Amino acid sequence: MKRLLLSSALALTAGGALAQVNEDAAQGGEMVVTYQDDVATLDPAIGYDWQNWSMIKSLFDGLMGYKPGTTTLRNELAESHEISEDGLTHTFVLKDGITFHNGREITAEDVKYSLGRVTNPETRSPGAGFFSMIEGFDAWNAGEGEGLSGIEVMDDKTVAITLSRPDATFGHVMALNFASIVPQEAVEEAGDDFGRQPVGSGAFRLAEWTPGQRLVFERFEEYHREGVPKLDQVTFDIGLDPTVALLRLQNGGADVPGDGIPPAQFLQVMNDAEYEDQIVEGGQLQTGYITMNTRMAPFDNVEVRKAINMAINKDRIVQMINGRAVPANQPLPPTMPGYAEDYDGYAYDPEAAQQMLADAGFADGFDTELYVMNVDPNPRIAQAIQQDLSQIGVNAEIRSLAQSNVIAAGGEADQAPMIWSGGMAWIADFPDPSNFYGPILGCAGATPGGWNWSWYCNEEIDQRASDADAMVGDEAGREEAWRQIYLDIMEDAPWVPVFNEQRFTLHSDRVAGDDSLFVDPVHIPVNYDYIHATGAQ
Amino acid sequence: MTAYLARRLFESALILLGITFVTFVLLYLVPADPARQIAGRSATAETVANIRDQLGLNDPLFVQYWRYLTGLFQGDMGRSYLQRAEVSSLIWARLPASLMLMVTAIVTELIIGLTIGVVAALRRNRPADHSLMIFSFVAISAPQFVIGILLLYVFAVQLGWFPIGGYGTPAHFVLPSITLGLLGAGWYSRMMRSSMIDVLNQDLVRTARAKGLSKLRIVTRHVMPNAILPIIAMIGIDIGLFMSGIVVVESVFGWPGIGQLAWQAIQRVDIPVIMGVTMVSATAIVLGNLLADLVAPLIDPRIKTK
Repeated sequence: MKRLLLSSALALTAGGALAQVNEDAAQGGEMVVTYQDDVATLDPAIGYDWQNWSMIKSLFDGLMGYKPGTTTLRNELAESHEISEDGLTHTFVLKDGITFHNGREITAEDVKYSLGRVTNPETRSPGAGFFSMIEGFDAWNAGEGEGLSGIEVMDDKTVAITLSRPDATFGHVMALNFASIVPQEAVEEAGDDFGRQPVGSGAFRLAEWTPGQRLVFERFEEYHREGVPKLDQVTFDIGLDPTVALLRLQNGGADVPGDGIPPAQFLQVMNDAEYEDQIVEGGQLQTGYITMNTRMAPFDNVEVRKAINMAINKDRIVQMINGRAVPANQPLPPTMPGYAEDYDGYAYDPEAAQQMLADAGFADGFDTELYVMNVDPNPRIAQAIQQDLSQIGVNAEIRSLAQSNVIAAGGEADQAPMIWSGGMAWIADFPDPSNFYGPILGCAGATPGGWNWSWYCNEEIDQRASDADAMVGDEAGREEAWRQIYLDIMEDAPWVPVFNEQRFTLHSDRVAGDDSLFVDPVHIPVNYDYIHATGAQ
Repeated sequence: MTAYLARRLFESALILLGITFVTFVLLYLVPADPARQIAGRSATAETVANIRDQLGLNDPLFVQYWRYLTGLFQGDMGRSYLQRAEVSSLIWARLPASLMLMVTAIVTELIIGLTIGVVAALRRNRPADHSLMIFSFVAISAPQFVIGILLLYVFAVQLGWFPIGGYGTPAHFVLPSITLGLLGAGWYSRMMRSSMIDVLNQDLVRTARAKGLSKLRIVTRHVMPNAILPIIAMIGIDIGLFMSGIVVVESVFGWPGIGQLAWQAIQRVDIPVIMGVTMVSATAIVLGNLLADLVAPLIDPRIKTK
């Protein structure tokens, strides 16, 4: 249940990098998108859930962005982006004649202000931590000094950002919503209400927001990309239960159900010929996994963890959730750079698993606990895992709790021996393999209150991870380094990777565009900027 | 009467104070750490600590409670953790929609409930009575979520008579009002029925009949006015019932009221908003009960204001 976790979600279409977007489609027309929840905020420094993520992308722009429907970086407000020899200084030159929605021209000062704002401790931004590689971050984030010392305005159009360490992910960080460029005067005028009165430089501007009812986005005529956006207007109808939203779509009152196809109606929709041409499926940069606490016996024994890996019947679990996922055998999802195509993982083999357990000294199995979030389908999945474990003599008691309780238990060194991550699973913030390491598998995350619920900490791998991130400019080498890191982690088997979720959505025949736009890997869940109306001339 | 009113108002204030305390302590005990929710997954321990500090979450429970209470007395309910807007303005923007829905639901439940009650009483122990009582039983027991979806499907999707959820025109009110009012209608039909039967057995009816009045006149002029009185006194208590129903109904129909606000705040552990909505509903319930107690003696002099 994505809404429960305040997380950004980035997904990748199957073969998304090859997607062709029809950039010549005529402008005009409108679209109605439904959502159940009211939008929490449209402040790019604060918004971090998967409803406002793509709305903010349409209202704001940063220096960097992605080609529509893909995970390929491109310049957005920046005309050029140069990296110094040592990989420490990134120089951005802004495009000419770009303006905010309020008509003022964007300058290099705005870049400095915006990045200083998101890292200012008083902003309380959930994204501040992403900017930790910028020089002066630690002092500024602790409330000392006057902004980030690493950002220097060279002239009106040029800004140089100095890092405290080379970081190959910096381009992705500059494409995050948190790095959006905002006008200081509008932020200061609105104060704490900036999230309700956003002013950016994106393809759309906010025309109306009636709390709990609707938001209306209107085309920004002076947008810096010719011919974008395609639609004149996007209306978000708020407050509609996903089931009701589907009824509206059937009736012609909506074009896209923003919350997707509700699980209860999934089979009915999939089997309905009427929807056949309207359903869109896409992969997600997401992995569902079982953690085994490497600091609690008997999971401190790597043989036991491997045996558990061989005992789980992943195909059956995928079947249980109506095929809305594909089985996984490693931490990275298949569409993430660094994914190991030819890796076989631990094949399902309960007999070999039992033998392995016996060799490790647990011929009679053992008792343990499996923590799980108490929202369907997670308790059902936990039961399937429980049955699989019982086949090899492991007796797992299910502890089905509220999300926050499971997260709290995972953050304690000695509380949860096993956790099924469903409902809280890691979804990448940006399409880079490093994003699956630090907090969930690295030593940094193995602290009280952290997200590394396996409490796995391999210092040698930690070192290799930071080395890999310093490989600026060597994409292939870096990808290979990360691939090897994840394969070596699987040798230590702190997780059982179970599946990668697929996304399913649909749209009316009044709007069109490449499938990848409706399950855009970056503009989650829909890329509003490039979808066009079929009626537009 | 004045002394009674003053005492009741004082008692109500005490109850509300108690509710602030209980709610505050309960939310304080929730294991979800609001600072960590705000900070997000990628935050460092320092960032989380910093946020805790800024929000004053490190202070002892009683210091935090006292701060909340003094703010409340000045009309300051704090700011939403997530939306950053003032809680009072969030609630204020949504209150009219909820209140209007409540009024139309009260009208709906009275119309449906009283009609059924009168008809059932007049057709006592006949098939019409039995089927109406089965209907009222269903109305009381059926989950509002199911009723709402069912009404939407039949009357909005299939027949197209009403809009599919949303807010704005009188047509938008019909289905949510029925969904919200049906539960109360079930109760009222049963109460009206037994109240009618009570009155029908009283001497005044026999007298009226002896005077040769028509049956219609007896029922409309003598029985109904007497039977309806105890029911009017119940409406105040209904507000409590509505406050719980409104969360479900607003979420089914996409009604932009405080129920929807509460539901979303709970999902996002936005504690100041949860506190605010709880206080507003508690105040409404306490006032509703107070109103019911004040109205009762006016209707029936046998009930004394002590």
